[in-house]
Amino acid sequence: MNEPIAVTPKSFKSAVKPIWCPGCGHFSVLNAITKAMAALAIDKDNSVLVSGIGCSSRLPAYVDTYGFHGVHGRGLAVAQGLKVARPELTVVALGGDGDGFSIGGNHFLHACRRNVNLVYIAMDNEVYGMTKGQASPTTPSDWSHSKLTPHGPGVRPFKPAAIALAAGAPWIARGYSGNPNQMAKLIAEAIAFEGFSFIHVLSQCITFCPEQTDWKAIVHERSEPPVDSAEQAARLFLADDGFATGVLYREARATWPPLSHPSKDESEALTDLAAAFGA
Amino acid sequence: MGDTQLSIAITGAGGAGVISCGELLLKAWAHCGGRGLLRKAFGPQIRGGEAAALLKFTRHEVYTAAAHYDIIVALDWANFERFQDEIVAGPNTVVVCEDSERIPASLRGLPVIQLAFAQLASRSHPEGRMNMVAAGLLGRALQLPQSALLEQALTRLAKKPEAYREGARACIEAGYAEPANIDLPLPSRDASGAWCITGNQAAGFGALSAGVRFAAAYPITPASDALEWLAGGLEAVGGHLVQAEDELAAINMTIGAAFGGVPAFTATSGPGLALMSESIGLAVASETPLTLLNVMRGGPSTGIPTKSEQSDLDIALYGLHGDAPHLVLAALDIPDCAFATGWAVQLAQALQVPAIVLSDQFLGQSTAVVAPPRLPSAFSPGDTTAPPSNEYLRYRLTASGVSTLAHPGDADARYTADGLEHNERGTPSARASDHHEQLDKRRRKLETFDFGADWGRCDGTGDTALVSFGSASAAADEAAARLAERGTSVRTVALRLLAPLPLAGLERALAGCSRVVVVEQNHGAQLYHYLKGRLNLPLESLAIPGPVPLNPETIAEVVGARQVT
Repeated sequence: MNEPIAVTPKSFKSAVKPIWCPGCGHFSVLNAITKAMAALAIDKDNSVLVSGIGCSSRLPAYVDTYGFHGVHGRGLAVAQGLKVARPELTVVALGGDGDGFSIGGNHFLHACRRNVNLVYIAMDNEVYGMTKGQASPTTPSDWSHSKLTPHGPGVRPFKPAAIALAAGAPWIARGYSGNPNQMAKLIAEAIAFEGFSFIHVLSQCITFCPEQTDWKAIVHERSEPPVDSAEQAARLFLADDGFATGVLYREARATWPPLSHPSKDESEALTDLAAAFGA
Repeated sequence: MGDTQLSIAITGAGGAGVISCGELLLKAWAHCGGRGLLRKAFGPQIRGGEAAALLKFTRHEVYTAAAHYDIIVALDWANFERFQDEIVAGPNTVVVCEDSERIPASLRGLPVIQLAFAQLASRSHPEGRMNMVAAGLLGRALQLPQSALLEQALTRLAKKPEAYREGARACIEAGYAEPANIDLPLPSRDASGAWCITGNQAAGFGALSAGVRFAAAYPITPASDALEWLAGGLEAVGGHLVQAEDELAAINMTIGAAFGGVPAFTATSGPGLALMSESIGLAVASETPLTLLNVMRGGPSTGIPTKSEQSDLDIALYGLHGDAPHLVLAALDIPDCAFATGWAVQLAQALQVPAIVLSDQFLGQSTAVVAPPRLPSAFSPGDTTAPPSNEYLRYRLTASGVSTLAHPGDADARYTADGLEHNERGTPSARASDHHEQLDKRRRKLETFDFGADWGRCDGTGDTALVSFGSASAAADEAAARLAERGTSVRTVALRLLAPLPLAGLERALAGCSRVVVVEQNHGAQLYHYLKGRLNLPLESLAIPGPVPLNPETIAEVVGARQVT
């Protein structure tokens, strides 16, 4: 831990090779994460990446920090338990749109409102890739390329940033896999922010959604500073086309849990708890 | 059992305060050197329904519910029929009530003491309440000094307005002064140093004492009060409790904290256990230690949430997907909730597995007056030495199956824990050799561990044995005592460790038995079927579903009869 090591993005990569398809946007997210960690000279031994299930959730094994690859949809719950128990650690939760907004949707809402100090990166490719291309909560309603929904899902797509705002997240950004340098900055800022910081990453899946190569022409970097009130953010997200990148909203808010200051040492406290049972 | 016992049932509409009255009497009795038990029975509504305080006053610690009641006090008869299976009259029962016209059919013909509770309460004080009149009346029947009753009442109401305390004092005095003559033989009171504790509190205390410093909680009856006790307990020792958004979050937060090296705990009941099952499998695969208390209630589905049953044994043993070796323990009585839970925490840490501790509504929500509970002795978690080589193998194949567990913050032992099958390093692998080796390793942890003598509680001699787990063991013990009084000596074997099944100990304890009766409180004979596949002994089943507590006399009769149906 104390040896001087070269803090390069490459030094944060593990020896495990990604399973992703060529052209997958997640490679770019992996690069942005290691770049941000190198820029912050993050202590690898005190950092943990936590994920659920899906293509993007394989990412923790590819980074040379501690990692936890859990079950589908529950990465945020694992990450919050870890951060509450070990507040000194840097905790980054990550996963895909199906993992975070469908099976894990309830945890997403409550993580936003609980405001535990951690980063959540949702790598949104609008598709279930690992199960070979079914519609996800963010898939356009007329996307008809899945045999499971041959006429398209036919329901309105989920709006991650607007929902995060409504649920109480204090820091919301959007990145794009085609712009890893910007994404690295967003991740570094998210790690530095005190509170639950949510990065919605447009991360293309050209295997099942080749039309996502068009995103390159659609995304636009927000030039204004982030809005700092929920009311302004609500207006911003109502007008949002879903392709504005950058930090969109940032507001200081007390994190949970508050610092605890036990008044006694452990054994004294246990003795008192036992004494309270006395008849 | 030889000793005199006195049992009292107090019933009334929700809000009438019968539980408070029962707690006050039990605490005053305990303070004066007695032992006893308070079982709480609720209608389907928690507030505004009806409740019953079911009390047993004894000289020694007796953990079974009373089979019948010597004194039945009805502050009113609202919805009494909901309790009529549980509040049964005995040969010398006295009924105390205001309205003798409405005495239910099951209690007619018994001696009645008519008492105008409402009038006495309002006449004594504007804030007077009927339950405190009953406390005074029953306190005198128990020959408790009035001062002991008043002290308990004032302590309970310490944070309430002065008028409430004055009301309670006036009503207790009025009840105490009633000429009503209840003269029943009383047990002696000659022990001191007791604790008043519920099984749920004991489980929380056991977990905390064994080092738990994190809990995640989703409310569910009848487990919530274990978590409520831990909220204060964890805060006092600098730990944390998180109220989760659902059971899926609760178990995964527990896993997250445990991955961080902080001993972690959650509690739930049947439906919550079902929701948590997938992630308990994750804890098995990722070898993350955690302790889960399952306070059983009547099932399936919502079932009977407020009443007891031992019907989650199957899901605790078999509810995980894949081949998933894990620990299942059962608390044998109310104070044993502390030992069993504490031991589970230690075992989970030592073996890096999830441990499920089975308790039930009867154990969890009844208050017992008992000697301070035994706790497991301090425990060395085993090999925690630093990894020997440059490459840390989190899931290294070892003789014991247990590998060194590093935590975030440990230098140069970085790895990714995984629910995917993996190799020794932790890297996901679908290879047959890795799968077979890791399956063997995870099973070996439980197979090679020496669980010592705490796997169960064995007593008695004879050709016949009663085998039970959890709260059924108290009924089996009492049945054995009754059989002994009638000249038949039987053995009792109560299992605290259910998985892995302590086969060697069990075979030793049952050696030479010609008859083994498996006693349990469920419909499916779940323990019987579990043992039948594993023990080469003549097994018989005595399985009676809840919600009425197992009656030791029923067990004694079945075992005493030559022919068993």
